[in-house]
This record gives sequence, structure tokens and C-alpha cells, in this order.
Amino acid sequence: MNNPQLDKNGNLKHLLSIEGLPRAILTQILDTAESFTGVSEREVKKVPLLRGKTVCNIFFENSTRTRTTFELAAKRLSADVVSLNVGTSSQSKGETVLDTVDNLIAMHADMFVVRHSQSGAAHFIARHVGPHIHVINAGDGRHSHPTQGLLDVFTIRRYKPDMHNLRVAIVGDVLHSRVARSEIHALTTLGVPEVRVIAPKTLLPTDVEKLGVQVYHDMRAGLKDVDVVMMLRLQNERMSGALLPSAQEYFKCYGLTQEKLALAKPDAIVMHPGPMNRGVEIDSSVADGNQSVILPQVTYGIAVRMAVMSILAGNTEAA
Amino acid sequence: MQLPDAEQLLAKLADNIRPLLGENTALVGIHSGGAWLAERLQARLGDHIPLGTLDISFYRDDFSRIGLHPQTRPSHISFDVEGRHIILVDDVLYTGRTIRGAMNELFDYGRPAKITLAVLVDRGGREMPVEAQIVGARLALQPGENLELARDDAGQFHLKLHEAA
Repeated sequence: MNNPQLDKNGNLKHLLSIEGLPRAILTQILDTAESFTGVSEREVKKVPLLRGKTVCNIFFENSTRTRTTFELAAKRLSADVVSLNVGTSSQSKGETVLDTVDNLIAMHADMFVVRHSQSGAAHFIARHVGPHIHVINAGDGRHSHPTQGLLDVFTIRRYKPDMHNLRVAIVGDVLHSRVARSEIHALTTLGVPEVRVIAPKTLLPTDVEKLGVQVYHDMRAGLKDVDVVMMLRLQNERMSGALLPSAQEYFKCYGLTQEKLALAKPDAIVMHPGPMNRGVEIDSSVADGNQSVILPQVTYGIAVRMAVMSILAGNTEAA
Repeated sequence: MQLPDAEQLLAKLADNIRPLLGENTALVGIHSGGAWLAERLQARLGDHIPLGTLDISFYRDDFSRIGLHPQTRPSHISFDVEGRHIILVDDVLYTGRTIRGAMNELFDYGRPAKITLAVLVDRGGREMPVEAQIVGARLALQPGENLELARDDAGQFHLKLHEAA
């Protein structure tokens, strides 16, 4: 199968989704990220790998955290960084996606970090650009958010190094979540034996079992003896319409409270990709509790994005 | 070619480093051979000497040609580099490019007062103006030859010479 993310030698050229990436590449990214965690703790939080390179963050959809961590990651690699909120600029004047990209290529951009509300947007741009340009998907529609999936498994590996002996539960709106899809692919590729999804039927894709997960509709049963609880953000706009009765009702059934968390293993960690809806999918006492690793996830996100960018930039074909 | 005994060279390095030790001295080994050596030097010279390791993958000057090394390891320097006398340790000194990268990385931790370079073997072939102050042995090797430090199961060091493929 032709994988658009890999070059003819099987090296990572673009990062578009975790699906289809071999375990060796995921492991290389995580190991490299491990080396980068130390860089952010030094006096000079920078290495010279991407000196002279230009990284363009093009966000057709808003995201403060993802854009900021990509920006910091690129800066800590010594790249020059331009961040565009295209939603508020040219697109509103009618420019096409490829025109925006072509203009940035004309300014000698070397790497694009792309977020778009349409699934497949990053693939579309990757097919369009020349062989020396790299594309990173920073979230496309419901499809994929590979660096979030990677930083989540990186966080898990830091707290629970034996990935082959873990029970992980992903809780919430799996149906609309690109994060959940990326997490599931990353966990199964890295050999986590038991991945559970916990959600009401209306928030699960059909045939979700085919991704290799066990399905639970009862949160109490699903959380029993898990090592990791990964909460998903409930997007407020889903609340209206037929999918959910109300935020209060959702919190009662699928919100993570101390009492429900007690069903997991005593040393279980709690994760959330942010931004959190306190009191909707997670109780404040859990989000701020001592089992929460939500802020370390953000810190590790920078190291993981530095790893991805430096591996891609290193796999540039000679012009 | 008869290669020198690496364990004897290590003892010689330790003897030559000992007179340089002061209150401010720290050992920093370059992955992987230099890190092994620095660890053994610390065992010989005293546990009170701070020990660090550097993996210079993020500072290599050939990144744009060959990409990122597939296996990087974290650098570990848990002491303050500012104002220190750093004894930088590597197994084989060749082009001098690794040492340049290591010095660049060290300065991102702080400004050392002084850096002394100690190597087990200087094999010649310099491409950078870099010299070691402490040298175990000098060997004249051909560009196609690759000298490396190996560590056996008992933790003993051996030098190994490979012909480049």
C-alpha cells in the first residue's frame, strides 16, 4: 500500500495520521522526545537542529494550546516560525487553501503544521507540496490528530513504562473525536493489550470494535481495574440536538468523579487533551487531583512535537 | 595492527587527570564510549566529582545531510555548568566535529570556566582546530578504518578496528 507519509526508503516524510505507521517509527518518535524533555529544562531551551528553516503553522480552525506548543517546539529547534489564523485572514477574503499554501512556499517555507475542520486537509496539502517540504497534521475534522495521540502515549509510557501490561479506558465523545482515533491507533500499535472505550451508543462510531477496542456503555464497569483513564472533551455543540439529553445528565453518567475513579487501579493516571469542561466530563477535584497528569501532558506535548519536526526535517531529500 | 589495551589507557587517563582536579571540576562523557569512560574515571578518581553525559545528536553538523540519528539518548547534566572546570571525555578523537558539537551543547547549560579534553585514543585526521590535552594513545589510522570502544559483559573495555564497508 502506498503510504503518503513515508518516502521510498520508508522514512517519515509527513505526519498525517498514526494509522498505518509502523511501531518502529512511533517508538523512534517517543525515544527522541525523551531526549528533548531535558532541553526544555536547561538554561538555554534551544537546540540548533532547524536553524535556517521556516515553519508555518496554518490554523484554519482555532486552537490555542496546539498552536502554542507547535510554535514553542519549532522555536526550541531554532526554526523561524510564522503562525497564521487563516480563519480570520485571507480565507475570509476568498483565497483557496492551496493559494494560501503556495504563497507561503513562495516565501520559502520548509514545513507546514496544518489544522483544518475538514478531514483529509493535511493529506491534500501533502500531495500538493514539493519533495523537500514536510507537512504535519495538527488535527483534521474527525479524522486524526497524530501529535496529540503521540503525546498521550508518551505520557502513559512515562508513568507506566510497561506498555504490554496495561488496561486503558478512553471515555466520552469518541464519535466526534480525532484525538480518540489517534490514541486508539497509537495504543494498539505499541502493543497495549486492552483498550476500552466508554460512551453512550450515540457517541460511538458504528463498528468501533473493529479498531481493536472493547466497548462499555456503563462507566463503572468500564473503569474497573484500569491503569489509565483518558477523558475526552465533550464538545458543547453536541449538547443540542438528539445526541445527549443535557450536560447534567451526561456528567451523572459519564463524568469522571473521585468516586468513579476509585474503581480504577489505585495508581491509575487521569488524562485529558484539553480544553476541559469542568463539571461536564470531569470533576474539578479529579482534574486537579494527585492522579491527574493533565498538565504534564501539555509539557510533554512540546518535546513530542520537537521530535516529530526534527525527524521530518532530517528526512529531507537532497534538492 | 596491534591495538593498545584499553584498560591500561584508562588507568593512564585517570593518572593524568588526577593532578588537574579541583573543587570546581566535573566529568562529562560523550555518548556512548565517552560516557562509559567518564563513569569509570569517576569510580577511580572519586565519587564526589560530579558526572554528566552528553548525546550530541541535536548538535551534529551533518544533520541536514544525514538526518537525525535514529537512536538519541537524553543528555544528563544535573550540576551547574556555570564557572566549572569541565573535563570532557571521549573514546576516539578523529575529525574534531563531535567535540565542537559537544562544546556547543555544554554552553547551552551554562558558561564553563574551562574545558579540558581527555580522549582514550587520538587517531589523527582532524578537520577542526581541536586538540586534546590528555591523550591515552596516538594511532595513525587510514580514513577507511573505524576505531571504536567496546565493553564486554564483565564491563572491561576493548578497542576494536573495523574496515569501513
